[in-house]
Amino acid sequence: MKITSLEDLENIARKGLKKLNPDNKVRISVGFATCGISVGGDDVFKTFKEKIYERKLNNLELCKTGCIGFCGEEPLVNIKMPGKSIVVLHRVTPNDVDDILQKIENETYEFHKAFFKIDDWDHVTSKIHYGDGYENIPKWNEIKFFKPTKRVVLRNSGIINPEDIDEYIAVGGYRSLYKVIKSMTPDEIIEEVKKSGLRGRGGAGFPTGLKWEFAKKEQSDVKYVICNADEGDPGAYMNRNEMESDPHMIIEGMIIGAYATGATEGIIYIRAEYPLAVERFKKAINDAKKYGLLGEKILGSNFNFDIIVTEGAGAFVCGEETALIASVEGEIGRPRLKPPYPAQKGLWGKPTNINNVETWSNVPVIIAKGGDWFSKLGTQKSPGTKVFSLVGKVKNVGLVEVELGTTIDRIVNYIGNDGVNNGKIKAVQTGGPSGGCIPENLFNTPIDYEHLAAVGSIMGSGGIVVMDDDTCMVDTAKYFLDFSIDESCGKCVSCREGLKHMHDILDDITKGKATFEDIDTLKELAQTVKVTSLCGLGKTASNPVLTTLKYFYKEYEEHVKHKRCFARVCKDLIRYVIAKDECTGCTICAKRCPVNAINGEKGKPHIISQNVCVKCGICYDVCKFNSVKKLSEAIGGEK
Amino acid sequence: MDAKTIDEIIEKYKNPSGMVLGILEEIQNINKYLSKDALIYVSKKINVPFSQLYSVATFYSFFNLNPVGEHIISVCTGTACHVKGAAEILKSLEYLLGITKEESTEDSKFFLTTHDGCFSLNAARCFGCCSMAPVIKVDDKMYGYVTIQNLPKILKEYGWSKK
Repeated sequence: MKITSLEDLENIARKGLKKLNPDNKVRISVGFATCGISVGGDDVFKTFKEKIYERKLNNLELCKTGCIGFCGEEPLVNIKMPGKSIVVLHRVTPNDVDDILQKIENETYEFHKAFFKIDDWDHVTSKIHYGDGYENIPKWNEIKFFKPTKRVVLRNSGIINPEDIDEYIAVGGYRSLYKVIKSMTPDEIIEEVKKSGLRGRGGAGFPTGLKWEFAKKEQSDVKYVICNADEGDPGAYMNRNEMESDPHMIIEGMIIGAYATGATEGIIYIRAEYPLAVERFKKAINDAKKYGLLGEKILGSNFNFDIIVTEGAGAFVCGEETALIASVEGEIGRPRLKPPYPAQKGLWGKPTNINNVETWSNVPVIIAKGGDWFSKLGTQKSPGTKVFSLVGKVKNVGLVEVELGTTIDRIVNYIGNDGVNNGKIKAVQTGGPSGGCIPENLFNTPIDYEHLAAVGSIMGSGGIVVMDDDTCMVDTAKYFLDFSIDESCGKCVSCREGLKHMHDILDDITKGKATFEDIDTLKELAQTVKVTSLCGLGKTASNPVLTTLKYFYKEYEEHVKHKRCFARVCKDLIRYVIAKDECTGCTICAKRCPVNAINGEKGKPHIISQNVCVKCGICYDVCKFNSVKKLSEAIGGEK
Repeated sequence: MDAKTIDEIIEKYKNPSGMVLGILEEIQNINKYLSKDALIYVSKKINVPFSQLYSVATFYSFFNLNPVGEHIISVCTGTACHVKGAAEILKSLEYLLGITKEESTEDSKFFLTTHDGCFSLNAARCFGCCSMAPVIKVDDKMYGYVTIQNLPKILKEYGWSKK
């Protein structure tokens, strides 16, 4: 069926709402994004399926949903009884399934893994009252993890079934597309996007409306829009989740962008490492086509636009627009000098507009609620919200969407640690391998493009990796350089050679072989690479080195002067010993040692031969009595 | 891989955008690696110089030019996994599988295969599963919160036994 009128859209919305919020059925949905699956969500789903069949529960709907963002509590299961609130259960295992179904059958509903409930949900493009009840379970926004958040991009994540277009339409989806096609001119759309103040969420923060305007101005028979879904920042995974949880919002944004800029072909360039996202996109595209929302004569108008999915092949540099274009063209992904900008000469030499997943996700909201509404969120210079992935040494890992301008402290300590571990956090690293490490004393920094730049970091795609005292900052800088070297396309000398030299110096530092002069050279090289590289990768690759030198100089000093690693990470500066008095002689360490460096009789204290030990740390990990010690001693002193 | 299968794959990519990567990826998904013969055949069929296909295959970390083991184990080395000990996981796997990093491949990518051809081990950049760090992937299955202690248990699911 092809949708051509608002009535058609409303009919489907009603159908979708019946699935999403059934009034005569129980709906169980299992968090089925990659994060949920990797900790057993698929087993939970499978078990539900089997047990529902066994128990012949006909009045029960089992479906998949995306991820609500609290990944640390996965697998999450939503239970929706008719007229009642959605109850979200956490850390569900296949063993819980029988109990859950039993309670549903007996209508007792005292789910022992109940985490929070949802009475009302603001889908931004609509509001839905799901139900009431369950006095003893906290509301979702009473939980510290969700309290300071503002969900615009994640408006439907974890609630709707991402594989069902009807449910997306039920929560107000494709209304913005309808609005632009039936009642707005391309200039009006661009004006609205400009008014919103939306800036590109890929990292550089270029005003989206302006970018669209450039693409629209170009005269050409063919124009392209591209969704940059090549999220390669290690430690950042919000785009994966957005694609897996709500693919239609991105598609709707792209169609609106194509209509505004005059594009006829769209490409979603997505990482091959995200197979589930690829699969869901392909299904979403097909479903949109069936409804006449994509393809020829969209919504009965004369506007034709199609989207294809292109998979990347594992090259970080392809996140750079010009490299991405080369990659789509079947070349190796090397960036080129700008201008000409992609808006002038992009894919196959034609005007091309590239935006990040999250940028596209904001578009339907801007059309639905207006640019003014959007511009009031966040700060004046950086309006809107941003999804951050909060990972590393933090209690509540997950995706956090907050208004821009929220402080690091609020995200890391309030949302992330919930008061636990407070003093132990040492730094956060934002913006992926090209971002910087920000020390704890700067945690009152508001997160937006300008403030992060001022402390030497970037927002990038929005990864926040939390580091504690067990993280060595020199090793961290080395790790990121290692990454950047591997991912450098090799086009310019400064990046190709400079980073390698920097890495060698850092390597010497971590081995206790470097001098203070080397640190000066390191700094000089870092500055040079920063100003002389062609693309963003090279220009920002020095950030981890420069920020760690600036904020954690003491750690560098320790490595150079005292040959000691505070965090006991750098292999050459540590040694493992067994505390005689604490060793029970259980022999497990000797059994697991790969190089047979541990000797001793059963029941008696063991000894590690220092000249044989390769410092793999297995003994340290397997010892149940904490009698294996990791030491990093300064010359002339014990730590 | 026979010519007919490759022809069918090529047939799917009428749109020039994403054609080269798409075709090579599909071939690798079926064959697990890109053989020289397959590259030569594709090059002639789609009229793209062999040198270009070769540079593409060596540039992107996704492609393997050498045969791989029956099960592919990828250790995520993204930042979150690194902070949570991915290096030790990788090292332990090398030890458990009896392979070391010293051997290098033609395309200088880190990809080690056991002598019996049962397992290949490689380091991946980031699976975007950072909240469950450290993460490893065996074939298509992802394992979160991996510890050195439970590695043997995971490997046993794929027929590994301690030597």
